[in-house]
Amino acid sequence: MPVARTESLELRSAADVVSVRQVVRTWAIDAGFSLVDQTKMVTAASEIARNTVDYGGGGTAVLELINDGVRRGLRVVFEDRGPGIPDIQQAMTDHFTTGNGLGLGLGGARRLVNEFHISSRVGEGTRVTITRWK
Amino acid sequence: MDRIPILKLRDLLLVTIQVDMHDRLALQLQDELTTRISETGARGVLIDISSLDIVDSFIGRMIANIAAMARVLDAQTVVVGMQPAVAITLVELGLTLPGVRTALNVDKGMALLESATREDEDVPGADAGRTD
Repeated sequence: MPVARTESLELRSAADVVSVRQVVRTWAIDAGFSLVDQTKMVTAASEIARNTVDYGGGGTAVLELINDGVRRGLRVVFEDRGPGIPDIQQAMTDHFTTGNGLGLGLGGARRLVNEFHISSRVGEGTRVTITRWK
Repeated sequence: MDRIPILKLRDLLLVTIQVDMHDRLALQLQDELTTRISETGARGVLIDISSLDIVDSFIGRMIANIAAMARVLDAQTVVVGMQPAVAITLVELGLTLPGVRTALNVDKGMALLESATREDEDVPGADAGRTD
């Protein structure tokens, strides 16, 4: 799939989560998203970015402005080299949490985007890809 | 370090969140507001979130926590000014903010707080057994 533009952001701290939100907002505007779609994509990115920092020990967020020939979209790939998630099914369940959150992060983020993909290996890390189309 | 100002107006505390809050700032606000309620004996807390362009699960939890802690300290909380796109996203995210009163704007929020705190004074013990 043609990638028009790409950018990689470091995710180490709570302040980096805020930066990711702001950059995703700018890119969602560039992709021509409505205000509601921008808000959903930024909120989903915020949830996953926080997981990358809090549970993955930090990592990266790679933004891609994509085009499948018909429509434009925004994809963000979050990657960490943290402990990994032993049971993804369980982690995706609403109100499941190992930390002090609400446990809405992964499941909630999935509801806010068009495509959601997660892969994780215990001891190696986790990768979450979210995509929203205009 | 950023700080979110808390204003006291008669027996109310007013907070306008105007920055994109990182998680530590949200937790700090939660702590400071709780302390201020206890110090001032405020009966109501009004939180204006009209400048917030997202509320994710962490910020949502902070708002719910403030409302719960305020209630334990005998104060009511009203959240005002939520942007429509934020409201749509919150519901889809699965966050319903149980126990948090909301109003469309500061005027309506103040009116709600005034009537809520007056009710409390009129009917001693009226809160007993309330579960919301």
